[in-house]
Amino acid sequence: MKPMIHVEGLQFRYGEGDFRLRVRRLDVERGVSVAFVGPSGSGKTTLLNLVAGIVPPIDGCVETDGVEVGRLAERERRRFRVTRIGLVFQEFELLEYLTVIDNILLPYRINPALRLNGDVRRRALELARGVGIADKLGRHPRNLSQGERQRVAVCRAVLPRPALLLADEPTGNLDPANKDKVLQILFDYVAETRSTMLAVTHDHDVLDRFDRVIDFKEFQEG
Amino acid sequence: MIQAFYLGWRYLAFHRFKTAILVTSITLIVFLPVGLRVLVNQSSQQLTSRAEATPLVIGAKGSPLELVLNTLYFRSEVPEPLDFAEVTALEATGLARAIPLYVRFRSRGWSIVGTTLDYFEFRRLRVVSGRQMTMLGECVLGSRVADDLAVGPGDHVVSSPESVFDLAGVYPLKMRVAGVLAHSDTADDDAIFVDLKTSWVIQGLGHGHQDLTRPEASSGVLRRDDTNVTANASVVQYTEITEDNADSFHFHGGLSRFPVTAVVVVPPDQKSSTILQGRYETVESLTQIVRPVTVMDELLETILTVQSFVVAGAVIVGLATLASASLVFLLSLRLRRREIETLFKIGGSRAAVGTVMVFEVIVVLLTSVVLAGGLTLLTREFGSAAIRAFMRM
Repeated sequence: MKPMIHVEGLQFRYGEGDFRLRVRRLDVERGVSVAFVGPSGSGKTTLLNLVAGIVPPIDGCVETDGVEVGRLAERERRRFRVTRIGLVFQEFELLEYLTVIDNILLPYRINPALRLNGDVRRRALELARGVGIADKLGRHPRNLSQGERQRVAVCRAVLPRPALLLADEPTGNLDPANKDKVLQILFDYVAETRSTMLAVTHDHDVLDRFDRVIDFKEFQEG
Repeated sequence: MIQAFYLGWRYLAFHRFKTAILVTSITLIVFLPVGLRVLVNQSSQQLTSRAEATPLVIGAKGSPLELVLNTLYFRSEVPEPLDFAEVTALEATGLARAIPLYVRFRSRGWSIVGTTLDYFEFRRLRVVSGRQMTMLGECVLGSRVADDLAVGPGDHVVSSPESVFDLAGVYPLKMRVAGVLAHSDTADDDAIFVDLKTSWVIQGLGHGHQDLTRPEASSGVLRRDDTNVTANASVVQYTEITEDNADSFHFHGGLSRFPVTAVVVVPPDQKSSTILQGRYETVESLTQIVRPVTVMDELLETILTVQSFVVAGAVIVGLATLASASLVFLLSLRLRRREIETLFKIGGSRAAVGTVMVFEVIVVLLTSVVLAGGLTLLTREFGSAAIRAFMRM
């Protein structure tokens, strides 16, 4: 079986800037959780973006779930992303003008590839119930705590049942109690669905919960 | 598509104040030139229709506009009066029917129009409640006056003094309401009609008092000779004309010298009209004859010139507002860059994200246009009433 992530001979840089990311080879097996650690600016978030197909590589190969996303057209990459990948951001990136339930359902409202129907709504409710925000579905993000916002963002990411979860510092803005809660939700999802999770983190206290930890210093030296 | 509309709608609803300000400013900008045009068209139609229905007006020399406004709309400054003799002289020519008007006094802000019964026939005014005035001291009310003062047949209205400081002036006259006219949607709705002689009584040219030949008035008599009786101020002056005291009312001096503010002239044909105009248009004449429609056309020309400037101004302000609105939208796109990036990251297609934004713009523009249309309809419906109310102020 092909690994969930296969990166080989990857080179990337933003425009003419100094930043360069080089990855000779990286494989991530299916059903594992991997933490990316390393200093700021080492390319952790960039690698997540490459894996998600948000940006294409300059050179080399990035295969996600058996698909070389870098070779896909932008439209196909978007379609691939919305159906196979769930994204969780450090700043939650919720839409302030949407209620909690509308934020959770957002991928279905913004991409025609996903059909919003009764089943999806029911699943969204279950997810919200599961993470303890079922009583806040009609609220707007500004009326939620940081932890609650991130739980909404996690629900939004996992609602389309992605095989791969990419979390960019998902606990970076949370207090210890909420940090633990959010991580538990992510790990529960991975365990239940046998999906894969790549998470960028600066928090060394949580590393032992991941199956594998990759330090980005090795790519910098690379 | 529906989902994108939903997101656009949620954005506008969440930022309702921002949206409302945007909609209001665009609405006003769209409405201003259109509404102004409707209003000007209506007012010009009103002005010309009444002017067209009034062939000629004679008045003392002075401002023709003042004369026409006073004669047609019972407003503006009171023009210099004419002698009533002009009316009889005019009728004696046999060239036209002469309808005298004396528009000088007011009752609680409403004009009291002294005229003859010919006026009602000429303007095709119909009494809907009560009856036509038949005796001195009676009045007939325009429909809006009756509504505003909440009076009807059998009630009374009192003329207002011209100046509260005029201690030696005439007494206010209490007039009995004989009837109320049907609504005509003209200036006649805003007037209190009395017989010409009643208006002279209001001015004090005619009056009624205790009969000085009777014994109960003898204490007030100072001197009595063959032709004159001189009395002091204890003699009771009547402030209301009733059936009992009507006979005591009399006028001092010849009626031919009594004032009228204008004479509506109704010639039977064009020839008579031309002859009359020729007679009055002499340098020595102390009177003037005007065609109200000509005077109103000149006024409208001025109004239309002003309107053109106002519309040009509104268009410039409109363009500036639209430019500002576009800038607001572009700035809001910059402010929403992060949101847009998130939408792309979580799989939003360019078309879907674009549709959300375009929908927002369309809703704002459409709402503004619909509101402006509604305002224009309201202006069309109530504009004329507003114009009249404004003219009455």
